[in-house]
Amino acid sequence: MLTATGLSCVRGERCLFSGLDLAVGPGEWLHVQGENGAGKTSLLRILASLSPPAEGEIHWKNAPIRTLAEDYHRDMLFLGHHGAVKEELTPFENLTLAAKLDGAPLDETAALKALARFGLRGREDLAVRFLSAGQKRRVLLARLAVRQATLWILDEPFTALDVKAVDMLSGLIEEHVKAGGICILTSHQSMPLPNGRVLKI
Amino acid sequence: MNAILAIIRRDLLLAMRRKSEVLTALFFFIIVVSLFPLGIGPETALLRKIAPGILWVAALLATMLGLSRLFAPDHADGTLEQMVLAPSPLGLLVTGKIIAHWITTGLPLVLLAPVLGIQFDLDSGALGVLMIALLIGTPLLSLIGAIGAALTLGVRGGGVLLSLLVLPLYVPALIFGAGAVEAHISGLGAGGHLSLLAALLALAVFFAPWATTAALRIALE
Repeated sequence: MLTATGLSCVRGERCLFSGLDLAVGPGEWLHVQGENGAGKTSLLRILASLSPPAEGEIHWKNAPIRTLAEDYHRDMLFLGHHGAVKEELTPFENLTLAAKLDGAPLDETAALKALARFGLRGREDLAVRFLSAGQKRRVLLARLAVRQATLWILDEPFTALDVKAVDMLSGLIEEHVKAGGICILTSHQSMPLPNGRVLKI
Repeated sequence: MNAILAIIRRDLLLAMRRKSEVLTALFFFIIVVSLFPLGIGPETALLRKIAPGILWVAALLATMLGLSRLFAPDHADGTLEQMVLAPSPLGLLVTGKIIAHWITTGLPLVLLAPVLGIQFDLDSGALGVLMIALLIGTPLLSLIGAIGAALTLGVRGGGVLLSLLVLPLYVPALIFGAGAVEAHISGLGAGGHLSLLAALLALAVFFAPWATTAALRIALE
Protein backbone atom coordinates (compact mmCIF):
# COMPACT_ATOMS: atom_id res chain seq x y z
CA MET A 1 0.00 0.00 0.00
CA LEU A 2 1.45 3.33 -1.08
CA THR A 3 0.28 6.48 0.67
CA ALA A 4 1.42 10.05 0.27
CA THR A 5 0.36 12.99 2.39
CA GLY A 6 0.76 16.70 1.76
CA LEU A 7 3.15 16.35 -1.16
CA SER A 8 4.37 19.50 -2.82
CA CYS A 9 6.85 20.02 -5.59
CA VAL A 10 8.79 23.17 -6.39
CA ARG A 11 10.75 23.57 -9.63
CA GLY A 12 12.88 26.70 -9.62
CA GLU A 13 10.57 29.34 -8.19
CA ARG A 14 7.38 27.76 -9.49
CA CYS A 15 5.22 25.59 -7.26
CA LEU A 16 3.91 22.74 -9.44
CA PHE A 17 1.53 21.27 -6.90
CA SER A 18 1.04 21.35 -3.14
CA GLY A 19 -0.96 19.54 -0.50
CA LEU A 20 -1.35 16.46 -2.68
CA ASP A 21 -2.67 13.32 -0.97
CA LEU A 22 -2.94 9.91 -2.53
CA ALA A 23 -3.36 6.30 -1.48
CA VAL A 24 -3.22 3.24 -3.72
CA GLY A 25 -3.76 -0.23 -2.36
CA PRO A 26 -3.23 -3.74 -3.75
CA GLY A 27 -5.36 -4.45 -6.83
CA GLU A 28 -5.74 -0.79 -7.68
CA TRP A 29 -4.22 1.47 -10.25
CA LEU A 30 -3.92 5.21 -10.46
CA HIS A 31 -4.04 7.25 -13.63
CA VAL A 32 -2.25 10.59 -13.19
CA GLN A 33 -3.56 13.17 -15.61
CA GLY A 34 -2.66 16.76 -16.26
CA GLU A 35 -1.56 19.22 -18.93
CA ASN A 36 1.96 19.26 -20.30
CA GLY A 37 4.19 20.75 -17.62
CA ALA A 38 1.67 20.17 -14.83
CA GLY A 39 4.18 18.09 -12.91
CA LYS A 40 3.15 14.52 -13.75
CA THR A 41 6.70 13.31 -14.31
CA SER A 42 7.89 15.23 -11.23
CA LEU A 43 5.22 13.50 -9.14
CA LEU A 44 6.21 10.07 -10.42
CA ARG A 45 9.90 10.77 -9.79
CA ILE A 46 9.06 11.83 -6.24
CA LEU A 47 7.00 8.67 -5.73
CA ALA A 48 9.86 6.58 -7.11
CA SER A 49 12.20 8.25 -4.58
CA LEU A 50 14.37 9.71 -7.35
CA SER A 51 13.90 13.23 -6.01
CA PRO A 52 12.73 14.32 -2.57
CA PRO A 53 9.43 16.24 -2.25
CA ALA A 54 9.62 19.88 -1.11
CA GLU A 55 7.10 18.97 1.56
CA GLY A 56 5.17 15.88 2.57
CA GLU A 57 5.88 12.24 3.26
CA ILE A 58 5.50 9.02 1.29
CA HIS A 59 4.87 5.70 3.00
CA TRP A 60 5.21 2.20 1.57
CA LYS A 61 3.67 -0.53 3.72
CA ASN A 62 3.41 1.98 6.59
CA ALA A 63 7.12 2.88 6.60
CA PRO A 64 8.55 6.08 5.12
CA ILE A 65 10.36 5.32 1.84
CA ARG A 66 13.36 7.41 2.90
CA THR A 67 14.22 4.83 5.54
CA LEU A 68 13.31 1.82 3.38
CA ALA A 69 15.72 2.70 0.55
CA GLU A 70 16.81 -0.61 -1.02
CA ASP A 71 13.83 -2.56 0.35
CA TYR A 72 11.53 -0.12 -1.43
CA HIS A 73 13.58 -0.40 -4.63
CA ARG A 74 13.15 -4.17 -4.58
CA ASP A 75 9.35 -3.82 -4.51
CA MET A 76 9.19 -1.07 -7.08
CA LEU A 77 9.75 -0.81 -10.81
CA PHE A 78 10.08 2.63 -12.41
CA LEU A 79 10.10 3.17 -16.16
CA GLY A 80 10.80 6.75 -17.15
CA HIS A 81 10.85 8.80 -20.34
CA HIS A 82 14.28 7.58 -21.25
CA GLY A 83 14.55 3.96 -22.10
CA ALA A 84 17.49 2.87 -19.99
CA VAL A 85 18.10 0.73 -23.05
CA LYS A 86 21.66 0.63 -24.38
CA GLU A 87 21.77 1.24 -28.12
CA GLU A 88 24.92 -0.83 -28.64
CA LEU A 89 23.58 -3.94 -26.92
CA THR A 90 21.02 -6.39 -28.25
CA PRO A 91 17.51 -6.67 -26.74
CA PHE A 92 18.55 -9.98 -25.16
CA GLU A 93 21.64 -8.46 -23.51
CA ASN A 94 19.69 -5.43 -22.36
CA LEU A 95 17.04 -7.57 -20.73
CA THR A 96 19.37 -10.04 -19.01
CA LEU A 97 21.75 -7.34 -17.76
CA ALA A 98 18.84 -5.27 -16.38
CA ALA A 99 17.55 -8.39 -14.62
CA LYS A 100 20.98 -8.98 -13.07
CA LEU A 101 21.05 -5.41 -11.78
CA ASP A 102 17.59 -5.96 -10.31
CA GLY A 103 19.07 -8.85 -8.36
CA ALA A 104 16.94 -11.44 -10.13
CA PRO A 105 19.04 -13.09 -12.84
CA LEU A 106 17.12 -14.40 -15.81
CA ASP A 107 17.72 -17.69 -17.61
CA GLU A 108 17.90 -17.70 -21.37
CA THR A 109 14.51 -19.27 -22.10
CA ALA A 110 12.65 -16.84 -19.80
CA ALA A 111 14.35 -13.87 -21.45
CA LEU A 112 13.62 -15.12 -24.97
CA LYS A 113 10.01 -15.81 -24.00
CA ALA A 114 9.55 -12.29 -22.66
CA LEU A 115 11.03 -10.79 -25.83
CA ALA A 116 8.87 -13.03 -28.02
CA ARG A 117 5.81 -11.92 -26.09
CA PHE A 118 6.56 -8.35 -27.09
CA GLY A 119 6.99 -9.26 -30.75
CA LEU A 120 10.78 -9.15 -30.79
CA ARG A 121 11.28 -12.73 -31.94
CA GLY A 122 14.11 -12.79 -34.48
CA ARG A 123 15.41 -9.43 -33.25
CA GLU A 124 17.07 -10.76 -30.09
CA ASP A 125 20.58 -10.53 -31.49
CA LEU A 126 20.27 -7.23 -33.35
CA ALA A 127 21.74 -4.13 -31.69
CA VAL A 128 18.94 -1.92 -30.37
CA ARG A 129 20.38 0.91 -32.50
CA PHE A 130 18.86 -0.80 -35.57
CA LEU A 131 15.35 -1.06 -34.08
CA SER A 132 12.53 1.46 -34.48
CA ALA A 133 11.41 3.75 -31.66
CA GLY A 134 8.42 1.54 -30.92
CA GLN A 135 10.54 -1.61 -30.85
CA LYS A 136 12.93 0.10 -28.41
CA ARG A 137 9.99 0.77 -26.11
CA ARG A 138 9.01 -2.89 -26.43
CA VAL A 139 12.46 -3.96 -25.22
CA LEU A 140 11.92 -1.78 -22.18
CA LEU A 141 8.42 -3.12 -21.55
CA ALA A 142 9.67 -6.71 -21.72
CA ARG A 143 11.19 -5.94 -18.32
CA LEU A 144 7.67 -5.56 -16.92
CA ALA A 145 6.94 -9.13 -17.91
CA VAL A 146 9.97 -10.57 -16.13
CA ARG A 147 10.56 -8.36 -13.09
CA GLN A 148 8.79 -9.40 -9.90
CA ALA A 149 7.76 -6.04 -8.41
CA THR A 150 4.60 -5.15 -6.56
CA LEU A 151 4.53 -1.47 -7.43
CA TRP A 152 4.83 -0.30 -11.02
CA ILE A 153 5.44 3.39 -11.69
CA LEU A 154 5.20 4.00 -15.42
CA ASP A 155 5.78 7.38 -17.04
CA GLU A 156 4.01 7.58 -20.42
CA PRO A 157 4.31 3.85 -21.13
CA PHE A 158 2.23 4.10 -24.32
CA THR A 159 4.50 6.52 -26.20
CA ALA A 160 5.57 5.31 -29.65
CA LEU A 161 3.70 2.00 -29.32
CA ASP A 162 1.44 0.69 -32.07
CA VAL A 163 -2.18 -0.41 -31.47
CA LYS A 164 -1.22 -4.02 -30.92
CA ALA A 165 1.49 -3.16 -28.38
CA VAL A 166 -0.87 -0.80 -26.53
CA ASP A 167 -3.35 -3.67 -26.14
CA MET A 168 -0.58 -5.97 -25.01
CA LEU A 169 0.63 -3.50 -22.40
CA SER A 170 -2.91 -2.79 -21.15
CA GLY A 171 -3.35 -6.56 -20.79
CA LEU A 172 -0.11 -6.79 -18.84
CA ILE A 173 -1.14 -4.00 -16.47
CA GLU A 174 -4.59 -5.59 -15.99
CA GLU A 175 -2.97 -8.93 -15.16
CA HIS A 176 -0.61 -7.26 -12.71
CA VAL A 177 -3.41 -5.36 -10.94
CA LYS A 178 -5.64 -8.44 -10.81
CA ALA A 179 -2.83 -10.37 -9.15
CA GLY A 180 -2.76 -7.81 -6.35
CA GLY A 181 -0.19 -5.47 -7.78
CA ILE A 182 -0.27 -1.68 -7.80
CA CYS A 183 0.25 0.49 -10.85
CA ILE A 184 0.67 4.25 -11.12
CA LEU A 185 0.95 5.64 -14.62
CA THR A 186 0.69 8.81 -16.65
CA SER A 187 -0.88 8.76 -20.06
CA HIS A 188 -2.82 11.06 -22.34
CA GLN A 189 -4.89 8.13 -23.55
CA SER A 190 -7.92 6.87 -21.64
CA MET A 191 -7.51 3.44 -20.11
CA PRO A 192 -10.49 1.08 -20.08
CA LEU A 193 -9.38 -0.94 -17.04
CA PRO A 194 -11.39 -1.77 -13.91
CA ASN A 195 -10.43 -0.56 -10.42
CA GLY A 196 -8.76 2.53 -11.80
CA ARG A 197 -8.80 5.95 -10.26
CA VAL A 198 -7.89 9.25 -11.82
CA LEU A 199 -5.72 11.89 -10.19
CA LYS A 200 -5.80 15.29 -11.88
CA ILE A 201 -3.00 17.71 -11.15
CA MET B 1 28.52 -8.61 -5.47
CA ASN B 2 26.57 -9.98 -8.43
CA ALA B 3 25.47 -6.44 -9.23
CA ILE B 4 29.10 -5.21 -9.36
CA LEU B 5 30.02 -8.03 -11.75
CA ALA B 6 26.95 -7.30 -13.89
CA ILE B 7 27.92 -3.62 -14.16
CA ILE B 8 31.56 -4.44 -14.99
CA ARG B 9 30.44 -6.96 -17.61
CA ARG B 10 28.02 -4.51 -19.15
CA ASP B 11 30.56 -1.69 -19.34
CA LEU B 12 33.24 -3.94 -20.82
CA LEU B 13 30.72 -5.18 -23.38
CA LEU B 14 29.85 -1.58 -24.24
CA ALA B 15 33.55 -0.71 -24.53
CA MET B 16 33.97 -3.62 -26.95
CA ARG B 17 31.12 -2.30 -29.09
CA ARG B 18 32.50 1.26 -29.07
CA LYS B 19 36.12 0.35 -29.64
CA SER B 20 37.09 3.77 -31.02
CA GLU B 21 36.72 5.46 -27.61
CA VAL B 22 39.12 3.07 -25.90
CA LEU B 23 41.57 3.10 -28.79
CA THR B 24 41.62 6.92 -28.97
CA ALA B 25 43.00 7.21 -25.43
CA LEU B 26 45.51 4.43 -26.09
CA PHE B 27 46.81 5.91 -29.36
CA PHE B 28 47.00 9.34 -27.73
CA PHE B 29 49.24 7.86 -25.04
CA ILE B 30 51.46 6.07 -27.56
CA ILE B 31 51.82 9.07 -29.87
CA VAL B 32 52.51 11.67 -27.16
CA VAL B 33 55.13 9.48 -25.50
CA SER B 34 56.77 8.55 -28.83
CA LEU B 35 57.03 12.14 -30.06
CA PHE B 36 59.40 13.26 -27.28
CA PRO B 37 62.40 11.01 -28.17
CA LEU B 38 61.92 11.97 -31.83
CA GLY B 39 61.84 15.68 -30.98
CA ILE B 40 64.72 15.69 -28.53
CA GLY B 41 67.10 13.41 -30.37
CA PRO B 42 69.37 10.60 -29.16
CA GLU B 43 70.63 12.20 -25.96
CA THR B 44 70.21 9.19 -23.66
CA ALA B 45 71.09 10.99 -20.42
CA LEU B 46 68.46 13.67 -20.99
CA LEU B 47 65.85 11.14 -22.17
CA ARG B 48 66.38 8.98 -19.10
CA LYS B 49 65.91 12.04 -16.91
CA ILE B 50 62.63 13.20 -18.46
CA ALA B 51 61.12 9.73 -19.10
CA PRO B 52 59.16 9.28 -15.83
CA GLY B 53 57.58 12.73 -16.05
CA ILE B 54 56.58 12.38 -19.68
CA LEU B 55 55.14 8.88 -19.29
CA TRP B 56 53.14 9.97 -16.26
CA VAL B 57 51.84 13.21 -17.78
CA ALA B 58 50.79 11.30 -20.91
CA ALA B 59 49.05 8.63 -18.80
CA LEU B 60 47.27 11.34 -16.86
CA LEU B 61 46.01 13.11 -19.99
CA ALA B 62 45.03 9.83 -21.66
CA THR B 63 42.90 8.94 -18.63
CA MET B 64 41.26 12.36 -18.78
CA LEU B 65 40.22 11.91 -22.43
CA GLY B 66 37.38 9.49 -21.80
CA LEU B 67 36.43 10.74 -18.38
CA SER B 68 33.50 12.93 -19.43
CA ARG B 69 31.95 9.83 -21.05
CA LEU B 70 32.06 7.85 -17.81
CA PHE B 71 28.55 8.75 -16.66
CA ALA B 72 27.21 10.94 -19.50
CA PRO B 73 25.79 8.15 -21.71
CA ASP B 74 24.14 6.47 -18.70
CA HIS B 75 22.68 9.81 -17.68
CA ALA B 76 21.33 10.50 -21.17
CA ASP B 77 19.58 7.15 -21.68
CA GLY B 78 18.13 6.78 -18.18
CA THR B 79 20.40 3.93 -17.06
CA LEU B 80 21.63 6.05 -14.17
CA GLU B 81 18.06 6.38 -12.82
CA GLN B 82 17.71 2.62 -12.89
CA MET B 83 21.05 2.27 -11.10
CA VAL B 84 19.85 4.60 -8.33
CA LEU B 85 16.65 2.55 -8.07
CA ALA B 86 18.40 -0.83 -8.12
CA PRO B 87 18.10 -2.98 -4.99
CA SER B 88 21.89 -2.85 -4.51
CA PRO B 89 23.58 0.22 -2.98
CA LEU B 90 24.52 2.84 -5.58
CA GLY B 91 28.05 3.07 -4.15
CA LEU B 92 28.65 -0.54 -5.13
CA LEU B 93 27.44 -0.03 -8.68
CA VAL B 94 29.55 3.12 -9.01
CA THR B 95 32.57 1.13 -7.83
CA GLY B 96 31.82 -1.38 -10.57
CA LYS B 97 31.76 1.38 -13.18
CA ILE B 98 35.09 2.76 -11.92
CA ILE B 99 36.67 -0.71 -12.07
CA ALA B 100 35.42 -1.12 -15.65
CA HIS B 101 36.84 2.32 -16.52
CA TRP B 102 40.21 1.29 -15.12
CA ILE B 103 40.21 -1.99 -17.05
CA THR B 104 39.49 -0.20 -20.33
CA THR B 105 41.75 2.86 -19.91
CA GLY B 106 44.18 2.32 -17.02
CA LEU B 107 45.25 -1.29 -17.50
CA PRO B 108 46.29 -0.90 -21.18
CA LEU B 109 48.50 2.04 -20.15
CA VAL B 110 50.20 -0.07 -17.48
CA LEU B 111 50.92 -2.81 -20.01
CA LEU B 112 52.12 -0.44 -22.73
CA ALA B 113 54.32 1.80 -20.56
CA PRO B 114 57.35 -0.56 -20.36
CA VAL B 115 57.37 -0.95 -24.14
CA LEU B 116 57.31 2.82 -24.61
CA GLY B 117 59.84 3.28 -21.81
CA ILE B 118 62.47 1.47 -23.90
CA GLN B 119 62.52 4.48 -26.23
CA PHE B 120 63.85 6.52 -23.30
CA ASP B 121 66.68 4.08 -22.59
CA LEU B 122 65.27 3.05 -19.19
CA ASP B 123 66.83 -0.13 -17.78
CA SER B 124 64.70 -3.12 -16.79
CA GLY B 125 64.67 -2.15 -13.09
CA ALA B 126 63.34 1.33 -13.86
CA LEU B 127 60.74 -0.14 -16.23
CA GLY B 128 59.58 -2.47 -13.47
CA VAL B 129 59.21 0.40 -11.02
CA LEU B 130 57.36 2.43 -13.67
CA MET B 131 54.92 -0.44 -14.20
CA ILE B 132 54.29 -0.89 -10.48
CA ALA B 133 53.83 2.86 -10.00
CA LEU B 134 51.32 2.96 -12.86
CA LEU B 135 49.58 -0.15 -11.51
CA ILE B 136 48.96 1.66 -8.22
CA GLY B 137 48.50 5.09 -9.78
CA THR B 138 46.04 4.48 -12.64
CA PRO B 139 43.23 3.16 -10.38
CA LEU B 140 43.76 6.33 -8.34
CA LEU B 141 43.31 8.42 -11.51
CA SER B 142 40.07 6.56 -12.34
CA LEU B 143 38.73 7.00 -8.79
CA ILE B 144 39.47 10.75 -8.60
CA GLY B 145 38.26 11.22 -12.15
CA ALA B 146 34.91 9.60 -11.32
CA ILE B 147 34.24 12.29 -8.68
CA GLY B 148 34.90 15.01 -11.26
CA ALA B 149 32.81 13.25 -13.92
CA ALA B 150 29.88 12.95 -11.49
CA LEU B 151 30.15 16.57 -10.35
CA THR B 152 30.14 17.94 -13.90
CA LEU B 153 27.35 15.64 -15.10
CA GLY B 154 24.75 17.55 -17.11
CA VAL B 155 26.72 20.82 -16.90
CA ARG B 156 27.14 22.70 -20.16
CA GLY B 157 30.82 22.98 -21.06
CA GLY B 158 31.44 20.24 -18.52
CA GLY B 159 34.55 19.01 -20.33
CA VAL B 160 36.61 22.12 -19.55
CA LEU B 161 35.29 22.27 -16.01
CA LEU B 162 36.16 18.61 -15.55
CA SER B 163 39.82 19.21 -16.48
CA LEU B 164 40.03 22.23 -14.17
CA LEU B 165 38.52 20.23 -11.35
CA VAL B 166 40.38 16.96 -11.76
CA LEU B 167 43.91 17.95 -12.90
CA PRO B 168 44.88 19.66 -9.60
CA LEU B 169 43.74 16.55 -7.75
CA TYR B 170 45.93 14.42 -10.03
CA VAL B 171 49.07 16.34 -8.98
CA PRO B 172 49.93 14.15 -5.93
CA ALA B 173 49.64 11.00 -8.06
CA LEU B 174 51.90 12.60 -10.67
CA ILE B 175 54.53 13.69 -8.11
CA PHE B 176 54.78 10.37 -6.30
CA GLY B 177 54.36 8.23 -9.43
CA ALA B 178 57.06 9.98 -11.45
CA GLY B 179 59.09 10.46 -8.27
CA ALA B 180 59.22 6.69 -7.68
CA VAL B 181 60.92 6.06 -11.04
CA GLU B 182 63.31 9.00 -10.58
CA ALA B 183 64.24 7.81 -7.10
CA HIS B 184 64.98 4.35 -8.44
CA ILE B 185 67.16 5.72 -11.24
CA SER B 186 69.13 7.91 -8.83
CA GLY B 187 69.64 4.91 -6.54
CA LEU B 188 67.52 6.09 -3.61
CA GLY B 189 64.99 3.27 -3.91
CA ALA B 190 61.35 3.67 -4.91
CA GLY B 191 59.82 2.20 -1.75
CA GLY B 192 58.86 5.47 -0.06
CA HIS B 193 57.16 6.96 -3.10
CA LEU B 194 55.29 3.76 -3.87
CA SER B 195 54.06 3.49 -0.28
CA LEU B 196 52.73 7.05 -0.39
CA LEU B 197 51.05 6.32 -3.73
CA ALA B 198 49.45 3.19 -2.26
CA ALA B 199 48.28 5.21 0.76
CA LEU B 200 46.61 7.69 -1.59
CA LEU B 201 44.96 4.80 -3.41
CA ALA B 202 43.64 3.32 -0.16
CA LEU B 203 42.20 6.69 0.78
CA ALA B 204 40.60 7.12 -2.65
CA VAL B 205 39.12 3.58 -2.66
CA PHE B 206 37.36 4.47 0.54
CA PHE B 207 36.18 8.02 -0.21
CA ALA B 208 35.84 8.33 -4.00
CA PRO B 209 32.83 5.99 -4.51
CA TRP B 210 31.08 7.70 -1.64
CA ALA B 211 31.72 11.21 -3.02
CA THR B 212 30.80 10.10 -6.54
CA THR B 213 27.52 8.61 -5.33
CA ALA B 214 26.60 11.82 -3.51
CA ALA B 215 27.39 13.89 -6.62
CA LEU B 216 25.33 11.56 -8.84
CA ARG B 217 22.32 11.82 -6.56
CA ILE B 218 22.49 15.63 -6.75
CA ALA B 219 22.79 15.50 -10.55
CA LEU B 220 19.65 13.33 -10.80
CA GLU B 221 17.36 15.40 -8.59
